[in-house]
Amino acid sequence: MERKTEISKDNYKSYVFEKMPKSSHFKNMFWAFIIGGVICCIGQAFVELFKLWFKVEDASVLASATLVLIAAILTGLGVYDNIGRFAGAGSTIPITGFSNAVVSPALEFRSEGYIYGVGAKMFQVAGPVIVNGVTISVIVALLTLLFGG
Amino acid sequence: MDTFLMFLKAFLVGGGICLIGQIIINYTHLTNGKILVLFLVAGAILEGFGLYSPLIEFAGAGASVPISGFGCALVKGAVKSAHQEGVYGALKGGLAACAMGVSVAIVAGYLVSVVFRPRTKKK
Repeated sequence: MERKTEISKDNYKSYVFEKMPKSSHFKNMFWAFIIGGVICCIGQAFVELFKLWFKVEDASVLASATLVLIAAILTGLGVYDNIGRFAGAGSTIPITGFSNAVVSPALEFRSEGYIYGVGAKMFQVAGPVIVNGVTISVIVALLTLLFGG
Repeated sequence: MDTFLMFLKAFLVGGGICLIGQIIINYTHLTNGKILVLFLVAGAILEGFGLYSPLIEFAGAGASVPISGFGCALVKGAVKSAHQEGVYGALKGGLAACAMGVSVAIVAGYLVSVVFRPRTKKK
């Protein structure tokens, strides 16, 4: 048994990089494109379905809400995280990724109670999203009021 | 045929947005939360210049399902009600426009955490 003992701070980084699983950029990008596209197509299918009963804009909102609901259940079943392992941004960026970011910590921190566990951790990722989104929307709306855009 | 074309456009545009996200992740190693905020802000700013709504008209769910569509909906709602009700509307419209998505996520998150047990990820 030979074992390298000469691991210094300098060569540690290159050692870690050597041992890291080689995930090819091309493969990542391919799956992100396919899964992202498929999720959007499922969304489009719900839009087409809801258009039968509602206005186009309402149908779009309802379709997004349906995707959020489905992703929440898939996260609970542990399926969504398995998709996310190879889909990367393809599962993060669609609204289903937002849902996953809400449900996943809620599930994980349940052991810390429903108020400080579920209630607080739920917004670990979703919080920054909503805070930034609302702030920008108010700023843009005020600017359009000012400049009459 | 028209419907098929719509699905094709949704696939290409939605996939394309995710592809851009993956390229950014590959080269910068940003965490998921930062990527979400980045795309949300990008969508919101594009809509501020009136550029994102045309994309939704073109690609349907391909542009509205990614988180940038969420940012667009926020800005669109805020601007629309600002035109109707002034400052009061500017403060109200954004959250009102995407209240449904957020509420569903919160309620579903709560219920899921009650019903399901956390799973260890498959190695």
